Amino acid sequence: MQQTKQILVIGNGMVGHHFVDQLRAKDPFAQITVLCGEAQLAYDRVHLSGYFSGTSAEQLALTTEEAYQAANIQYRLNCWVEQINREQQVVVTSQGGQFYYDELVLATGSYAFVPPIPGNDQPHCLVYRTLQDLDAIAQSAAVSKIGVVIGGGLLGLEAANALKQLGLQTHVVEFAPQLMAVQLDQGGGQMLSQKISELGVLVHTGKATQAIVAGTECRYQLQFADGESLETDLVLFSAGIRPYDQLARSCGLAVGDRGGIVVNDQCQTSDPHIYAIGECALWQQKIFGLVAPGYQMARVVVSQLTGGERKFSGADMSTKLKLLGVEVGSIGDAHARTPGALSYVFTDPRAQVYKKMVVSKDGKRLLGAVLVGDTSNYDSLLQYALNDMLLPKQPEQLILPAASGAPLAALTLPNSATICSCHNVAKGDIVAAMDSGCCDLASIKSCTKASTGCGGCTALLKSVVDDELKSRGVEVKNHLCEHFAYSRQELLHLVQVGGIKTFSELLSRHGQGLGCDICKPTVGSILASSWNDYVLKKPHVGLQDTNDTFLANMQKDGSYSVVPRIAGGEITAEKLLVIGQVALDFNLYTKITGGQRIDLFGARLEQLPAIWQRLVDAGFETGHAYGKSLRTVKSCVGSTWCRYGVQDSVGQAIAIENRYKGLRAPHKIKMAVSGCTRECAEAQSKDIGIIATENGWNLYVCGNGGMRPRHADLFATDLDTETLIRYIDRILMLYIRTADRLQRTSVWMEKLDGGLDYLRKVIIDDELGLAAELENQMAALVNTYACEWKATLDDPQALKRFRQFVNSPDADENIVFVEERAQIRPATAEEKRQWLQQIPVTEISVTALVEEN
Amino acid sequence: MAWTDICAFEDLVENSGICALLNGQQVAVFLLELQGEPQIYAIGNYDPIGGANVLSRGMVGSIGEQIVVASPLYKQHFDLTSGQCLEQPEVVIPVYGVKLQQGRVWLNAAKQDQQASAA
Repeated sequence: MQQTKQILVIGNGMVGHHFVDQLRAKDPFAQITVLCGEAQLAYDRVHLSGYFSGTSAEQLALTTEEAYQAANIQYRLNCWVEQINREQQVVVTSQGGQFYYDELVLATGSYAFVPPIPGNDQPHCLVYRTLQDLDAIAQSAAVSKIGVVIGGGLLGLEAANALKQLGLQTHVVEFAPQLMAVQLDQGGGQMLSQKISELGVLVHTGKATQAIVAGTECRYQLQFADGESLETDLVLFSAGIRPYDQLARSCGLAVGDRGGIVVNDQCQTSDPHIYAIGECALWQQKIFGLVAPGYQMARVVVSQLTGGERKFSGADMSTKLKLLGVEVGSIGDAHARTPGALSYVFTDPRAQVYKKMVVSKDGKRLLGAVLVGDTSNYDSLLQYALNDMLLPKQPEQLILPAASGAPLAALTLPNSATICSCHNVAKGDIVAAMDSGCCDLASIKSCTKASTGCGGCTALLKSVVDDELKSRGVEVKNHLCEHFAYSRQELLHLVQVGGIKTFSELLSRHGQGLGCDICKPTVGSILASSWNDYVLKKPHVGLQDTNDTFLANMQKDGSYSVVPRIAGGEITAEKLLVIGQVALDFNLYTKITGGQRIDLFGARLEQLPAIWQRLVDAGFETGHAYGKSLRTVKSCVGSTWCRYGVQDSVGQAIAIENRYKGLRAPHKIKMAVSGCTRECAEAQSKDIGIIATENGWNLYVCGNGGMRPRHADLFATDLDTETLIRYIDRILMLYIRTADRLQRTSVWMEKLDGGLDYLRKVIIDDELGLAAELENQMAALVNTYACEWKATLDDPQALKRFRQFVNSPDADENIVFVEERAQIRPATAEEKRQWLQQIPVTEISVTALVEEN
Repeated sequence: MAWTDICAFEDLVENSGICALLNGQQVAVFLLELQGEPQIYAIGNYDPIGGANVLSRGMVGSIGEQIVVASPLYKQHFDLTSGQCLEQPEVVIPVYGVKLQQGRVWLNAAKQDQQASAA
C-alpha cells in the first residue's frame, strides 16, 4: 500500500472546509491537517447577516470540533502561518509550530478592502467579513444611531441589512452610479435603489468619499468629492474583497498584478505541490467571489489528490438572493455584452418589479437575466441558460407575469441539468440518490448536499424531488392494481399481442385474484379499443362501471341521466321536439350541457330502455356521456353563417365527432372546432382543438379544462382536412396505446419524454415508423362502430338488466323528486322522510342485523 | 326465518349483481366464480354512505382475501360476506342468507353461517 500523504490546508473558510469534507469522503485514510486563523471552524459566511436577526454562531457553523475529531482531521485554531518553506515542504506558524506537508492547499480566502481614505482607521470604522467583525459591529452599534456602509455591492447591501437589524438609521454610499453594478444593469439597479430606499435605507450613488473627519451632530462626517457631506456614528467598509496572497508572495509563488495566487486548471500554483482554492486563487485573471466556484475548485483539488482528472473550467456567477428583503437575481450576461444580444425588459412600477432577459441574436438561447423585486422566474431562467435549452417561440413569456404561474417543469429538465451550483449537484445525482433509497427532501439534502450552500435552489430542488416522487408514485402504481403487475400500456400490449378477448382470459394468464373496480374498467376499455366488441356482451358486462353497464350516468340518488349525441351541437327542430316530448313523457329534468347537447335527468333504471327506444326511433345515437371516450366536438357556426368565419367549422365538427364517436380511451376526450381565430368554440381548452385559418386548419393538442386547466399546444398549422384527420388518428391512437389509466391527454403529453417536440416527431415526422399502424388501428375502430343503445335494444338478454328488481315490477321508492323552477329535482333526505312517512331503509336494516346476531 | 324464492339462477349475471325485493327490503345478489365454482352473495342494496339503493350495480372483485363490491357512487368497498365497509369499518350493511335449490335462488333475511354454494 502506498504511504499516505500529509495534506496540509491553510484556511478553514467555507471553501477550505468543503475541501476537507470532500477529501475525507473520497479518501478515508488521508492525513489531513487544517490550520485555521479564526477562533472557530468554518461557518456560513453567506448568511452572516442572520447573526443579527437571531441566528447563533452555532447555527451558522458548518461543522464542529467533534465532527473533525471523529473524522480524524487534525486542526489548529487561531493559528496564523508566518511562512512557507517550499524546499523543505514545511510551514511555520506565528507561534513557532512547524507542519510538514506533501501537498499544501491554500484556502486563505480574502479580506475586506478598505479604501485608502484619510481617517479610515478610526475606532468605529469597521469591516464586515468575519464573526469577529460582527461582534465589533454590534458593540459599536450599541453606542451609535446612524451607520453608513461604504460600498453598494452585494456584500455592502448585506452589511446594510446588518446595520438596519441593529436598529441604526442606515445609509449606503456607492461610488458607481448604481447599486450592484457587477450583477445588475442600470434599470435593475435603479429599481433596487428605489425599493431599498422605501425600506428606510438611504442610498447615495455616484459619491466618492474623500475623507472621514470628526462630525458635528454625529461621531464622524464623510466628505464627498462633490462637496456634500454625511454625518454618521459608524462606518462600515464593504468596498470589495482582496485575496489573502501574502504567504504565496513571500514564498515566491506566482501572483497576479492585482493580487491573487495564480492557478492552472488543476488549481495548482506555480509550485506543483501547492494548490490554491477559493477567493485567494486567480484563474485566467479572474477571482471568483462566490461560494459555488470555490467549492468547484475544492472538488478539483480533491480529484487531483485522489487520482481523478477533474479540472476547473470557470464557473457560473449567477446569483439569487434576498437583500434587505428585496429579491434580486442575476444570471450570466446580465449587461447584454455578448455581440448581437437582444434584451427583453419588463417593468411593473406599481409592484416595483424589474425583469430583463438577454437572449442570443437568433432569440433561441438565454444569455442572461436581471430580476429585481421578484425572482420567481430565476430557477427556470437559470436552467435555460445553464443547459443551453431552446427558448420557447415567444421567450418574453418567461418573464411576463402571466407566465409566472408556469415555471419550467422539473420533469422536463435533462439529468445533466445543474440543480445546486454550490455543490455541483445535477438532477441525475438527485435521481440517483432517490434510486438508492432517499425519498424525502431532508435525506436527499444530506446525501447529495444539494441546497446546503447558498440555498438559492431550495425551491427548484423541492420541485425536482416532488416531480420525481410523483413520477415514481405513478411507477409504483404503474402496477395497475393488486391483480395485475403491469401498467395499462403493458396490459394493452399483452391483450393485442396475445389476441386476448376477455377479462377472465387476461386474468388467468397474467393476473391474480378476482379483479376489482380499478382493473376491470381499465381492461374493459383496453378490450374495447383493441377489438371494439359490444361492451354489454356477456363476458364484458362485469367489466363496465355502472355508467357503462347501463349506458347512462348515475346521479346521487341512483337515478340516471341520458345524453343523446348531438354531433357538433347541430340539431334539427324535429329532433329538439323529440327530446322535449321524451322529457315531458318521462318527467325528466332537462339541462343544456357545456358540450352543446341536452342532458335529461331523473330517469329510473327501468325507464332507460323505453326512453332510448323513442330516441333511437327518432334517429338519435348514444352520446357516450357515461364512457371514458369521445364526448363532444363543440363548434361555432363558422363561415356558413358567421361574418368572420373562414371555414365550415360545424361541418368539420360533425365529421370529426362521427369519426371518433364511441372510441374508448384511458379517459374522456373532448374536442372543438372554431371557424376563425376568434375561437368561439374554445378549442384551445380541449384535448383536440381545431381552429380554421384562411388556408386550412390549425391543430391544437392536449388542452384541458376542469380542475387543472391547460391551454392546448399548437401542434401543426394550415393543414388540409385529410392531413388533419390523419394527425388526429395518430395522436389519439398513440394516446390510447401509451397513456396510464385515467390520464388525460394533457398529463400524458407532459409526461412524454420530450413532450410536444417528441409528439411532433412521432406523429408528423413518423420517427418511430408507427404512423401507418396507428392509422390502421383507428380505421378498424371507426369501421366497427355501432351505437350501443341500438345494440342493447335489440338484445333481450341485455334488456333484462334494466329493471330495479328481479322479482318485482316495483320502482325504487328511495328515488323521490320534488318540483323546483317548474322541473323535478331529487328530494333531500329530510323531504323524503316527510313524504314517505317512514323510517329510512338503512335504519331498519342495521337494527335487523343486530337483533339477528 | 323463512326462505324466499327470488329468481332463477339464469336471472343472475355472472361477475355482476342484480337487485331483489325481500319483504320490502332491497337485496343485492351477486354471482361470482371462485376457483371454477359459481358462488352467490347477498347484501343490502342500500349504500348508507351514498344514501341510495345502488350496490347491486357496483363492480365486484377482490381486495386481498376479501370478496367485495365497490359502490358505484363513491367507490367504497363492502365485504360481501360480512357487510363491512373496508374504508369506513364502522359502517356495516346487512348480509343475507342465500341458497340455490333446483335452479332457483332463495334468500333468507337471517344470515346463514355459510354462503350457499351453487354446486
